Amino acid sequence: MAEYNMHILVCGGTGCKASQSELIKTNFINRLNEYGLDDEIQVVMTGCFGFCEKGPIVKILPDNTFYTHVSPEDAYEIVDEHVIKGRKVERLLYKDPETNEPVGDSKGMDFYKKQIRIALRNCGFINPENIEEYIGRDGYAALGACLSEKTPDEVIKTIKDSGLRGRGGGGFPTGLKWELTRKSVSDQKYVVCNADEGDPGAFMDRSILEGDPHSVLEAMAICGYCIGADKGLVYIRAEYPLAIERLKTAINQAQEYGLLGTDILGTGFNFDVEIRYGAGAFVCGEETALIHSMEGLRGEPTVKPPFPAEKGYNGKPTNVNNVETFANIPPIINKGAAWFASIGTEKSKGTKVFALAGNINNVGLIEVPMGITLWEIIYDIGGGIKDGREFKAVQTGGPSGGCLTKSFLDTPIDYDNLIAAGSMMGSGGMIVLDDSNCMVAIAKFYLEFTLDESCGKCTPCRIGNKRLFEILEKITNGEGTPEDLSRLRMLSNVIKDTSLCGLGQTSPNPVLSTLDNFYDEYLAHVTSASCPAGQCKSLVHYTIDAEQCTGCTLCFRNCPVGAISGEKRSLHYIDQSLCIKCGVCFEKCKFDAVLIA
Amino acid sequence: MNKIKSLADLKKLQAEVQSKIKLREKGDHPENLVQIKVSMATCGIASGAKETMNYLIEELEHQGIDALVTQTGCMGYCYAEPTIELTIPGQDPVVYGFVNKAKAQEIIDKHIKLNEMLDGIIPITYITIDNR
Repeated sequence: MAEYNMHILVCGGTGCKASQSELIKTNFINRLNEYGLDDEIQVVMTGCFGFCEKGPIVKILPDNTFYTHVSPEDAYEIVDEHVIKGRKVERLLYKDPETNEPVGDSKGMDFYKKQIRIALRNCGFINPENIEEYIGRDGYAALGACLSEKTPDEVIKTIKDSGLRGRGGGGFPTGLKWELTRKSVSDQKYVVCNADEGDPGAFMDRSILEGDPHSVLEAMAICGYCIGADKGLVYIRAEYPLAIERLKTAINQAQEYGLLGTDILGTGFNFDVEIRYGAGAFVCGEETALIHSMEGLRGEPTVKPPFPAEKGYNGKPTNVNNVETFANIPPIINKGAAWFASIGTEKSKGTKVFALAGNINNVGLIEVPMGITLWEIIYDIGGGIKDGREFKAVQTGGPSGGCLTKSFLDTPIDYDNLIAAGSMMGSGGMIVLDDSNCMVAIAKFYLEFTLDESCGKCTPCRIGNKRLFEILEKITNGEGTPEDLSRLRMLSNVIKDTSLCGLGQTSPNPVLSTLDNFYDEYLAHVTSASCPAGQCKSLVHYTIDAEQCTGCTLCFRNCPVGAISGEKRSLHYIDQSLCIKCGVCFEKCKFDAVLIA
Repeated sequence: MNKIKSLADLKKLQAEVQSKIKLREKGDHPENLVQIKVSMATCGIASGAKETMNYLIEELEHQGIDALVTQTGCMGYCYAEPTIELTIPGQDPVVYGFVNKAKAQEIIDKHIKLNEMLDGIIPITYITIDNR
C-alpha cells in the first residue's frame, strides 16, 4: 500500500481550468518527481471549490493550507518552500478580507462560514431510515427537554426570541403563530406540516423529508406540546414518493421507540402524526386551501380571517408551518434562542436553504446565513456563471417573486430586503440568468405556470392572468405594440389588488419586476421586433457569414430539418422557410460564421 | 425495541448510540473498516445512486474488504450526482461526485485499496451546527 503523507489538491473547476490549473498540476508532479517524492506526495485534481474569483486554488493536506491565485510557476515555489522546507508561501495564502492577515489553516477561513447547515444539519450525514442515528445526533433531545423541563410558554418564548420566521415564503414570525394558536380555546387542535412544495425548481422540503424526517416529526411534537394539540398532520404531495416512504418509516420508528404516541417519555403528553396526500396543486401551499384539501374539499383558498389559528382543519385551531421551519426548531431548543439569533440580520434570523439553479456552475442545495449577498452566493458558492457568460439577473420567489439585477448583487439577502428590491424570499428557489435569457420569455414562463395552477375561484386571477399571458405571447412573437406595455402594467396591478389569495396577489410579480428592471428589453420586442437575448424564436433568424464560412459542412450535417445546403469548401446557406431556429448550427460552427439577427 | 420511558432513558440511549457510532468511526480494525455514505435522495437515485450503492456493496464484499456502506440524504451537490462520502479510518471524509459503476470501481481499486486520492474530489464548503 502506497503511503502518501501529503496530498496536493488542485482545483479542476471550470474557472480554475481556464486559468491553467492542468498545467499547475503537471508542474507539481514534475517538480515532485525531480525530488523523488512522487510516491510520498500525491497530486489530485478536485471538483470546483466554488471560490473561483480567487482561483486557481491549491489546497495542501493534511495541514489544510489554502493557496489562492496560484500560477503554474508558483507550483515550483510551493514544492521548494512548503513541501521541502516546510515553510508556507505567505504571498499566496488566502488573506482575511477584514484584517488582511494571511490565513494559514483553511478551517479558519470565512469562506467556510458562507454555508451553515442548520435545517440541513443531518442531510447527507445520517441514514434517514435509522432513528438511532438521529438520536445519536441530539435527536429528540429537544422534545425531551421541552416535555420534562419547560412549560409551553417558555418554549414559545424561546422560539419568539430566536426570531425564526416562516420559511415557506411569507416570513410570518413562527413563535407568534404558535402563541396565537395556543391562545385559541378548543377541545381539539392540530399541528399541520406544509410539505406541498410547489415552486418550480425548489426542492429543499423534499430533501429535508428524505434526508432527515425525524427532525420534522420532533418539531411537530414540540409544537403540539406548545399549542395544546395531540394530533399532527403532514400534507405532502403524492408526487414525492420517496419522501413519503421515509416519512412513514420515521413515523413507525418514532412510535416504536415511544417518541410519538401516548405518554411520550413518561410525561403524559400524547402526540401522533398522520400523513395526508395532496395532488400537487400549487395553490394548496396556501394554508386555507391546504386545509380544505385535507378536509376532502376542493383545494381553494378562503378569506382570512378567520385565520387557521382560530378556525382551521375541521373548524378547529390549527398551526400550519412549512417543513424547513420545523427543521429549525430542535436546534433552537437545544442551542438556545440567543445562538440562533446571533446568525443572520436584524429582522431575519438564522439561515435559509436555497435551491440554486439555472446558468450557474455549481447547481445545488445550499444553506446560507441570512444577510449573505447574491454576489457571494453566485461567485463564492455557486462557482460563477456557466461558460463564462455575463450575469444578468436572479429570479427568486418562484412564480410569486421577481428578478434581482446586477445592482442588487451586494444587497444582503433577507425577507425585507428582497421585498424592497421587488422580489421575495419565497420558498427558496433561486434561478440564475445570464445574457442569453430573454426576460420577457422568463416572465411568460412563470405566468404559464400560474395560469395552469390558478384554482379559478376569482375572476382577476382566472381571466386576468390568461390575458396577461396572451399579451406576453404577442410580444414574444414580435406582434406587440408599445401600448401593450402599459396594458401589461395596468392589468398586473388590477390582478394584484383584487385577487383573494396569495397566488393571485403575487402572480403578476414576474411581469412587473421584469418590466421595472428590463424595460429596454420589452421595448426592443415591441418597437423593433427584436429579442436582444436571442431567445424568442420568432424574432431571430440565423444566417451564414460569407466571409467566415469555410464550407466545413458541420452545420449542414447537424441541422435536424435539412434547412442548410452547400457544397464542401464552399459557402453554405440557410433556407429560412425550413429553419426551425433550434440554434444547433450556431452552437456547432467552429468559425463563428453563423450569425443571429 | 422497548419504548423510551423518560428523558433519562433517552439520554442513556443517546450515549449508547453515540459510542456505537464512535466505535464505527474509529473501527475495531482501523486498518480495514471503511465507511461509505451514498447520497440517496430522489435526485441521487434518479442519477443512478442505487446502482452505485449496490455495486459498491457487491464489489467490496466480493473483494473481501470490510466496509460499511450506508445511505444518507441529499448532500447538496446536485450538479455532481451520484455523490458518495468516503471515510478511510483516521482520515477526513472525502466526497466524490459523478460516481457511476466505473468510478466506484476506480475508488475501490485506488482510494480504498491503495489510499490514492482520485481526481474529481468535491471540496466540502460548509459547516454544520456541530462545529460551530
